[in-house]
Amino acid sequence: MKKERLTIKDIILGLEKKSFSSVELTQFYLDQIDKKNPQINAFITVCKKEALLQAKTADKLLEKGIKKPLLGVPLAIKDIFLTKGIKTTAASKVLSDFIPVYDATVVAKLKEAGAIILGKTNMDAWAHGSSGENSDFGVTQNPWQKGFVPGGSSSGSAACVAADLAPAATGTDTGGSIRLPASFCNLVGLKPTYGRVSRYGIIAMSSSLDAIGHLTKTVYDSALLLNITAGKDKTDATTPKIDVPDYTQNLGKSIKGLKIGLPKQYFQDGLDKEVLLQTQKAIKVFQDLGANIVEIDLPHTKYALAVYYIIQPAEVSSNLARYDGIRYGLDRTYFGNEAKRRIMLGAFSLSSGYWDAYYLKAMQVRTLIKDDFENAFKKVDLILTPTSPTLPFKIGQKTKQPLQMYLSDIFTVTANLAGIPGLNLPSGFVNGLPTGIQLLGLQFSEDLLFQAGFQYEQKTNFYQKTK
Amino acid sequence: MKNKKISEQQIRHLAKLTGLSLISDEIKKFPEQFSEILDYFEILKQINTKKIKATSQVTGLENVFDPDKPTASLPIEAALKNAKSKYDNFFKVKAVLKK
Repeated sequence: MKKERLTIKDIILGLEKKSFSSVELTQFYLDQIDKKNPQINAFITVCKKEALLQAKTADKLLEKGIKKPLLGVPLAIKDIFLTKGIKTTAASKVLSDFIPVYDATVVAKLKEAGAIILGKTNMDAWAHGSSGENSDFGVTQNPWQKGFVPGGSSSGSAACVAADLAPAATGTDTGGSIRLPASFCNLVGLKPTYGRVSRYGIIAMSSSLDAIGHLTKTVYDSALLLNITAGKDKTDATTPKIDVPDYTQNLGKSIKGLKIGLPKQYFQDGLDKEVLLQTQKAIKVFQDLGANIVEIDLPHTKYALAVYYIIQPAEVSSNLARYDGIRYGLDRTYFGNEAKRRIMLGAFSLSSGYWDAYYLKAMQVRTLIKDDFENAFKKVDLILTPTSPTLPFKIGQKTKQPLQMYLSDIFTVTANLAGIPGLNLPSGFVNGLPTGIQLLGLQFSEDLLFQAGFQYEQKTNFYQKTK
Repeated sequence: MKNKKISEQQIRHLAKLTGLSLISDEIKKFPEQFSEILDYFEILKQINTKKIKATSQVTGLENVFDPDKPTASLPIEAALKNAKSKYDNFFKVKAVLKK
């Protein structure tokens, strides 16, 4: 059986049928990485020895007939998740020699489910960025077109899956860091509800906004991974005691009669014409599936980016204060340009005399944005918007103007502010560059996002497209 | 150029507060970049938030407690594993207080 372009679902089936062993499959991905990573730079660390050892163990267990949901399935992990004994850098020189002594809860859960860790993926340092260009370990290329960014901050996670160096990868999304790269690389990217997945052992960026998800080729794979990563964790107090359903169970159900809202504020000035056209085509698919499309109003949308870029750096300045080079890592002189900018901006907005005008004000407007969504979801089941206002952009195009780079997140930050889940789905290609749409739902409505996403995917099948 | 909200002096002060060292290019560019970003924040002045409560915990959880039972913590060797400078079972740091 061929090993190219497999989904997790394909892999599980292939291992079961003995079409290939986990060692053979792991070796295939390691070879792919050897061959393609020098051009793409999706990985910071490749765990050759460990991965093959894990695969060997998995094969033995498979032989014995032991069942685990991801037994023998290779995955890539964003280099912001602590992995015991494997270097974890957050793509910053500050942590260039840091070897964690414990696993993040998500990593432990994936390992327990039988997954194999291929390596740690490149990213914007500390997850600060929308393009991958802020990495201290070099820029990641968009596999669809050289010279273009893969989107960030989960740049390596997106690029490695798009280039078939791994079937899926984990990511973090504080303001769009999973959904944006997923849209730039033709992938399914899930930002779960705040607290749905434990943040324990993941290097903190902005604690009231950070959401832990993954990038996959298909909606089924995304649902399957959430089955494993979601749930209460006693080491993260923000994970509520809400049951984890089988997220794959509703995928086959029709969405006839589902009400999907289009917020008019997301379809105004600043949206690229090509992206608008792509989004309209996607809306048509949902209409054909029997969904009712209605226009809705999210009146405080225009304030969201300002709110986000006040709250997020404020929390960054606090979270990155712990890096002093005493207990681990190097000292603060190793922080890169963007981290310094955010730490200082955050310290400014939290300082006496400015706190009321910036931080408190932002937290209050956050309430209004959250209320906007709650009101909208009284009228509709889901919301559909473009994920990015523009097509994937060229490397270097926005690096000189931080504010221009920040504007890339304009459609994605709202979900983090409201704590709601968002799912990027591929919406096709413009001049060979991928585009995406996002579905947004009520808090803890991931199953509905997957159901609608799966139905849409069955009609579009963009994930099958090759370069 | 628009009036600068943040001066070079303020940038130096913020760097000192946050324990960061800036390179000359950053000292030159940060005032303008920060000012541009702060100008963008001005949009929030359009909204009256007098009666609006602040949102800090977005899913509404409050006072999440665990039973007060001691559990195993990180072994000393593990906790010290990444330290650059240690002495016996301690992290070694430069003196903070003057004699």
